[in-house]
Amino acid sequence: MTRADVAAVILWAGATLYAVFGGADFGAGFWDLIAGDAEKGRRPRALIQRSLTPVWEANHVWLIFILVVFWTAFPEAFGALMSTLYVPLTLAALGIVLRGAGFAFRKSIHSLRNRRAMGAAFALSSVLTPFFMGTVVGAVAAGNVPASGNGDPFSSWIAPLPLLTGALFVASGAYLAAVFLISDARRSGMPDLEEYFARRALFAALVAGGFALAGIFALRADARFVYDGLTGEGLPLIVVSGLCGLAVIAMLLRGARRGLRPVAIGAVVAVIWGWGVAQFPYLLPTSLKVTESAAPHQTLGAIMVVFIAATVIVLPALALLYLLAQRDVLDD
Amino acid sequence: VPPLDALPLAASDSNLLAARELMAFTLGFHIVLASLGVAFPAMILIANWLGLRRGDEDAMRLARRWSKAMAVTFAVGAVTGTVLSFEFGLLWPRFMARFGDAFGIAFAIEGIFFFTEAIFLAVYIYGWKRLSGWAHFWSGVPMVITGVGGAFSVVTANSWMNQPQGFIEQAGKVVETDPLKILFNPAWSYEVPHMILAAYMVAGFLVASIYAVGMLRGRRDRLHRLGLLIPLTVACIATPIQLFVGDTAARAVADHQPAKFAGFECIRETGTNQTEYIGGICTSDGVKGAIGIPGLDSLLVGFSTDTEVIGLDSIPPQDRPPANTLLHLAFDAMVGIGTALLALGAWLGVVWWRRRDIPRTPWFLRAVAVAGAAAILALWCGWIVTEVGRQPWIVQGLMRTSEAVTQAEGIWFAFAVVVVLYVALGTGAILVLRSMSRGWRAEEEAGEVPYGPPGELAEQAP
Repeated sequence: MTRADVAAVILWAGATLYAVFGGADFGAGFWDLIAGDAEKGRRPRALIQRSLTPVWEANHVWLIFILVVFWTAFPEAFGALMSTLYVPLTLAALGIVLRGAGFAFRKSIHSLRNRRAMGAAFALSSVLTPFFMGTVVGAVAAGNVPASGNGDPFSSWIAPLPLLTGALFVASGAYLAAVFLISDARRSGMPDLEEYFARRALFAALVAGGFALAGIFALRADARFVYDGLTGEGLPLIVVSGLCGLAVIAMLLRGARRGLRPVAIGAVVAVIWGWGVAQFPYLLPTSLKVTESAAPHQTLGAIMVVFIAATVIVLPALALLYLLAQRDVLDD
Repeated sequence: VPPLDALPLAASDSNLLAARELMAFTLGFHIVLASLGVAFPAMILIANWLGLRRGDEDAMRLARRWSKAMAVTFAVGAVTGTVLSFEFGLLWPRFMARFGDAFGIAFAIEGIFFFTEAIFLAVYIYGWKRLSGWAHFWSGVPMVITGVGGAFSVVTANSWMNQPQGFIEQAGKVVETDPLKILFNPAWSYEVPHMILAAYMVAGFLVASIYAVGMLRGRRDRLHRLGLLIPLTVACIATPIQLFVGDTAARAVADHQPAKFAGFECIRETGTNQTEYIGGICTSDGVKGAIGIPGLDSLLVGFSTDTEVIGLDSIPPQDRPPANTLLHLAFDAMVGIGTALLALGAWLGVVWWRRRDIPRTPWFLRAVAVAGAAAILALWCGWIVTEVGRQPWIVQGLMRTSEAVTQAEGIWFAFAVVVVLYVALGTGAILVLRSMSRGWRAEEEAGEVPYGPPGELAEQAP
């Protein structure tokens, strides 16, 4: 394994963590959005708010991690991506502003009207931001980002595969969020909300699974290289993902709660790594390979040192944060 | 691998201005919040420490309130910082494509610091109720360290743009890097402390100014006095050090980036015995309407009027910085405000030394009340000097900003959207902070019950 490959693995690890924690964070916003009017949605929204409050900022630092590792380790690919997909990337960035502001301001605002406006900004951008991020990933997989950059700003992502990937991002985030919220409701002693999110988790699992299946057909049509990889070397991971997804559905139907979260996470993680394996050795299929785009090996060494520091410093701290949040030590 | 395609010139020209304005606007917005992120935790912990150590209820109440305010400013700072990360790539894709592997290393390190800060900030902000006093205090200490570490990483990336080194380039591609030389480039040693001290000044004077306004409105209780004194003391200690660091920085810029120095000092011809101009407008016929002190510029640069200072005539026209008057006035405003804040600190210091109290005249509170805005203005001026002063380069001497800019369409439109969004963001943040402060005041008047059952008020104003 070359240093460039290691850097690509680090990038994928960051993407995985963001997909799980950031994805669930966005997904919680999705459930907030469709929770109904102020009276009907009051309790689920309160649970969502309480679950997200201490952790939402940490959940999104993975995005910064992805960006800095990407531009430092693979500067040319980063430049190509940014100069091609600037429309969805700009929309995602604006969505991040709206979402953060909406969430941070909402709980400090008194009047119902302003609270609603803030809540709407938070919830709506919780759906749009991951959607646009998904279109970016889909456009990469579809091979619509040329290595030389400056690809078509619209047709690169307004195409079946990118749009489907955007929808998959929203659905899988909603699915993870619903599974996490089942546990949070259980811990808070709210059996009706536990049931509420279990129903939604089941629904989201089916929708996400549907999008994933449709994505495979879209790959077959638009991204032959990735499709071949996915059905070749990446197949075991796709099978794992499918089995995890089926297991989650079975567990939800039987009302089982133990091990639900890890299995649900497994379904998402396996897809991300399946995608990585499928498009290897390309970073931008099929115009730029990981090794071709990689930074000099001293820079890649620095990234590894940073990653080790992150593993030693950030991960234990993050574990502490989640532990404290789970034990209800952190409260407003 | 082919380099990114060459751009059509016309699109690029208009984009360059739009991209620079957008970058300047979003950076100017973020830098104020970033300063609070770097320096506010230290002030909160000082109040927290006083509260724990001396059983000072007012100090404890300040620490608790400030941490709630910081939750808002940190959240806004986090999103505006994320936007900047996007902008590096969206606005300057060819800069990132060419130098991301050198420039980016510092940012990768910053990622660790920021992450750690965000985690401990969450533990601290939401740990008030259920963590024991000292455990809670110590959970806040990493914020102070990571704030400084994060500032180091970001500013050293900027100082690398001013003093690039530590890499070998072949055919427009970096083929070898020396991460330590990149991180510890010649400019870091003055840019980094200059910015960290600026953060402490901005946070200190800004928080103090809010309590000064409260005191001017007649709220002269102990809480306000303490809320004024803790941040003001920190800022007043930082100010003299800042003037020393800034002076060193200016001399280093004269040495390392003579074009930038000539730009902000309006020096036209290389020579000795240069006049120091204060204020005025830089024109092709010299400086108009300035106070000129003959020989002082040379004296400041090399401690002797015989010191030769490079003028714009020694710089090729295409490499000269633009907007000399703006640069010159920004520099003078920064130095002028710094000096005025030094005087404010001296005033407080002398009166405190003689009678252990703040000056009695309302003019002192009025001065503190404007010091917060003044410190922010000085911060902006400093960034104008360093960023506009480096133009036309994005990486000094190696890459022009015009070569780096995106050829994407619609940058002016994006700029307009971002301005609207950020104005709403800034207004929202201020309104939220004000409503929090009103809630606290209402609690005080109603007789605060911090550990009582959660009533209507406690729910509304955390």
